[in-house]
Amino acid sequence: MESLFEASPFTGYVYPNETIIPWTVLIVVYPYLTGLVAGAFTISSLYQVFGFKQLRPVAHFALLISLCCMVTVPLPLLLHLGHPERAFNAMITPHATSAFAIFGYAAAFYVILLTLETWFVFRPHMVHQAQQRTGLLGWYYRILSLGSSDLSENAMRYDRKWLFALAIIGIPGAHGLHGYVGFVFGSVKSREWWSSDLMPVIFLFSAIISGTALVIVLYVLSCKLRKVPVDLSCLKVMAYSLWGFMMFTLLLEGVEFASLVYRGREGIDVIMQFVEGPLVVPFFILQFGIGSALPLAVITFLIWRGSSGTALLVGITGSAILVLLAVLMMRYNVVIGGQEISKTARGLIAYHPPIFGREGLLAAAIVLVIPMVLLLVMVRLFPPWEEAAA
Amino acid sequence: MDLKEETEKHQIERRDFLSWLGGAIACGAATAAATSISSPATAAPQEAAATSRPPAIPGYDWSKHRWAFGVDAEKCIGCLRCVEACKRENNVSPDPHHFRTWVERYVTLQGEETARIDSQADPENIAASTAEGEYRFANRYQDAKVGKAFFVPKLCNHCTHPACVQVCPTGATYKTEDGVVVIDHTYCIGCQYCVQACPYGARFFDERRNVTDKCTWCYHRISKGLQPACVEVCPVGARIFGDLNDKQSPVSRFIQNNRVRVLKPETGNGPNVFYVGLDKDVI
Repeated sequence: MESLFEASPFTGYVYPNETIIPWTVLIVVYPYLTGLVAGAFTISSLYQVFGFKQLRPVAHFALLISLCCMVTVPLPLLLHLGHPERAFNAMITPHATSAFAIFGYAAAFYVILLTLETWFVFRPHMVHQAQQRTGLLGWYYRILSLGSSDLSENAMRYDRKWLFALAIIGIPGAHGLHGYVGFVFGSVKSREWWSSDLMPVIFLFSAIISGTALVIVLYVLSCKLRKVPVDLSCLKVMAYSLWGFMMFTLLLEGVEFASLVYRGREGIDVIMQFVEGPLVVPFFILQFGIGSALPLAVITFLIWRGSSGTALLVGITGSAILVLLAVLMMRYNVVIGGQEISKTARGLIAYHPPIFGREGLLAAAIVLVIPMVLLLVMVRLFPPWEEAAA
Repeated sequence: MDLKEETEKHQIERRDFLSWLGGAIACGAATAAATSISSPATAAPQEAAATSRPPAIPGYDWSKHRWAFGVDAEKCIGCLRCVEACKRENNVSPDPHHFRTWVERYVTLQGEETARIDSQADPENIAASTAEGEYRFANRYQDAKVGKAFFVPKLCNHCTHPACVQVCPTGATYKTEDGVVVIDHTYCIGCQYCVQACPYGARFFDERRNVTDKCTWCYHRISKGLQPACVEVCPVGARIFGDLNDKQSPVSRFIQNNRVRVLKPETGNGPNVFYVGLDKDVI
């Protein structure tokens, strides 16, 4: 039987069944991915809805990033389920009281919305390609354009109306979806580490910063790969957004932690033991120090000095990479951390994720790489770049 | 008892899904269209709707019973026969990480203020056991000056408002009419949300079948007029089981004649295992 499961060592007293952690790194990846979806969509919406013209170079690209991440979201969940073939049970007979029962519908709704928005954004491109190309790809674009080749000013105005409406619905959609993921954790009253009203809000803001950071990194990378100059004013707007949302996220996390400690309910001793022990490296060093405080300081410095050119480019990109790490660590510290604190409030479980296996680090890493591979294909089929549109 | 047999025993006719499906889908779509955060607000009643049809057990009417469990911790001697009997009766994996029931030992040494707690699953106790599936409490306090010591048997509390049932996304786990929280192993998707939600650590994931498992108060036995296996084997009568509808049942009298309490009442789950002889350190 030993090979079927991985029991973790513990200190103090934990309930016997707690020695096997129920939710593993795959469930760390799941909120991380939905967060990236919401964050990238925010960048796209800042342009589509709120008229941030500087974000034009990345608006369509961010939409593709959001879509690629979103279609991957069910994968870590399916990999984690004991019976993935029964996954649709939750959609066929959703149990109304479950915070998770509606996820299938919410996710499906959002995938449809993102697909529609992407279709409207790239409709002119599809029509052009359908008319110019022959062969298999030609057929592909002809099918995708759904028989509509009208690119007149009237049709485009109609498209813009739809885009605006979809982007507006998408804002509560994307953010609701991720706030909901926060609720899935925050509503679990048996775990002091999760059980917080602030959890959905914290998830939401950390989602926005992770998505913004991902757009920054991928945009700079794409410019280097395409050998085109990076639009620094666009980068700067994203860096400003990142800075603002990060401040807010850190503040919320601080408030949440402070109230947890200040309330000092039963179990706080073991929580403090956890915070001062196993959490030092993943939280204080990786998530807070290197992942949050350092990039915040760097971006503040860049803004203060009015930096431009290579310093700005390297500084912002480097900071964005660190923020991506910070949010991943935040998800890890919430999901795994919550399970390492025993429900007995008298003990700690030390989970060490395996590298191989269905629930191992490698599987989680592959799940995270999949949207990037999808994106690589998508940008070839639907080039989101300015010069392509021109 | 093989899996099929066990499933049949536990199988209770499922709800009439179809009549409900249309409404549920409409509700789901509407909620998804609005912000999804608000979705649980529509989910006010915590009891599952899965209990509209009684189980197909000959001669058993689930509307006539209201089962409850009592534990007299004063009597428990920590022999762990209950744990072993449960594992055998319910085909629970013999390893020390899967238990439908377990026993905790609380020992306060002289000069100390809080109890030292362990269960039969503690590595030191496992090392003292003779074979897999056999459990013993190692005599680790032999040379210590013990101030106070007692045992507390634990099991699923079959709560009135079970958090595990509330969070199950498919309704695979539900509360029966007679007060038992059970799992339909043929419908469980194995997401383990219920394992997270249970504040008592009573649920575990059965890796052999890839579904969640837990104590059923031996539903296959009690619905045939027998006692749960753990109650049956307890040599000191520390475990009491019966029907609250019968005022003369052992559990009714146990609750009537003692000042009982439940574990973690602050969770709002409304546990139905009633204890006598707990101490401040019991969690």
